[in-house]
Amino acid sequence: MSTDTNKRDYRLTGPESKIALEKGLVAAEWYISLVPRKRLKELMKRRNGPAIRDTILWFCALAGTGFLACWTWGTWWAIPAFALYGIVYSSPADSRWHECGHGTAFKTPWMNEVVYQIASFMSLRPATPWRWSHTRHHTDTIIVGRDPEIVAPRPPVWRIILMDFFRLYGGPKDIRRMIMHCFGKLDEEEREYIPRSEFSKACWESRVYVLLFIGIISWCIVTKSFLPAMLIGLPSFYGAFLVLVFGMTQHLGLNEDVLDHRLNTRTIYMNPIFRFLYWNMNYHIEHHMFPMIPYHALPALHEEMKDDCPPPCRSLWSAIKEVVTALVRQGKDPTYTIERTLPATARPYGFGNDDKTTGGVTYAGS
Amino acid sequence: MPDLEGWIETCAVDDIDEEDVIRFDYGDRTFALYRTEDSEYYATDGYCTHEKFHLADGLVMGNTIECPKHNGRFDYTTGEAKRAPVCVRLQTYPVKIQAGKLFVKIG
Ligand code: FES
Repeated sequence: MSTDTNKRDYRLTGPESKIALEKGLVAAEWYISLVPRKRLKELMKRRNGPAIRDTILWFCALAGTGFLACWTWGTWWAIPAFALYGIVYSSPADSRWHECGHGTAFKTPWMNEVVYQIASFMSLRPATPWRWSHTRHHTDTIIVGRDPEIVAPRPPVWRIILMDFFRLYGGPKDIRRMIMHCFGKLDEEEREYIPRSEFSKACWESRVYVLLFIGIISWCIVTKSFLPAMLIGLPSFYGAFLVLVFGMTQHLGLNEDVLDHRLNTRTIYMNPIFRFLYWNMNYHIEHHMFPMIPYHALPALHEEMKDDCPPPCRSLWSAIKEVVTALVRQGKDPTYTIERTLPATARPYGFGNDDKTTGGVTYAGS
Repeated sequence: MPDLEGWIETCAVDDIDEEDVIRFDYGDRTFALYRTEDSEYYATDGYCTHEKFHLADGLVMGNTIECPKHNGRFDYTTGEAKRAPVCVRLQTYPVKIQAGKLFVKIG
């Protein structure tokens, strides 16, 4: 397969979608590490305790940093205070949205759903469209033309990456879609992965979100202050920094169009604070290979699988350095892919196609 | 071969752990066989109705089977779809136990 230019078409509605299908990359069978069923069953076990504890901690941290932010409002101290509040608001909202979307955080289904809805609003990810987008991401992880959650194309568009440190690209896109939903319309890409039966739910959710935003704006007008919006709504933007940093480390720089998560996903060792904010999604190969394992059991799953996986990055900083270096190189050579050697104990990579460097993709000029 | 009424022998009842599921292939068909905590037995189609993944790799919780791929859920006693992305119900099959063996009526 070759494309006409150096750039591939990452749209779900473009020609790459059909090509992926022809190459057998759509809803394909993926490599899975061997973990005994008995052990998997132990790890899959659902519990309410860890997620209730972490949710209480999160809301307490929000209340504390929110109080600090309000208290410093009108002074220069408000800048670091709101920066902290924004991170405590946005990063856990994103990871709770994610884990509760899988339904694995809590044992009790309604608890997953309640936190999912709250976190979806806080992270500005409309609940139903993003549930289906993420389902597709798990079916066709980093398959070009199929996965709607590829953070950056090859070559990367730095303007979009830089804008998204404050959610200035993804945020307005979601708001535009929400407004469309209010009028009963879904955009072309969304129609690719959301089933018809869910359209009206998506539309009603967006109407509720928009009403909530109107409420916040009205509150600002009545109080003649930005403060309400700085506490609810705007943190999805000004607090998004760490969400993007975490998100960039998940797959960027690694292979596209392969059927083995060890080739396109990155596991990173992180400190306990980051792991709390991110709900252990630093164990990302593990999560993709076994999405039914709850976040609190991922470190134990990592121990079971690590001999079958490439060595994890030693820290968030080393992962980011690796990603940025790869993106810079992909700017000049879109075929550049980080290669990671498996330990001797691992089974070979399952590329799922013949070309072991670029996922079978030929770039013009390469 | 199914008998005249369409029953086929699948496995010994103890081949399935309590509150668990196993896969059973028959010709080009695949089934999931379940045992509850109270040692009641059920059978359904083996593939999830969302995409083609074996439910036998999933997690049994009470009367629910969670699919290993996207965490969709079914009530395996009735086949009812319980959680997105699963939207289509699962085909269930009658079972019976004879001489310690589990039989499923597939005809
Ligand atoms: S394949 Fe079963 S939920 Fe998607």
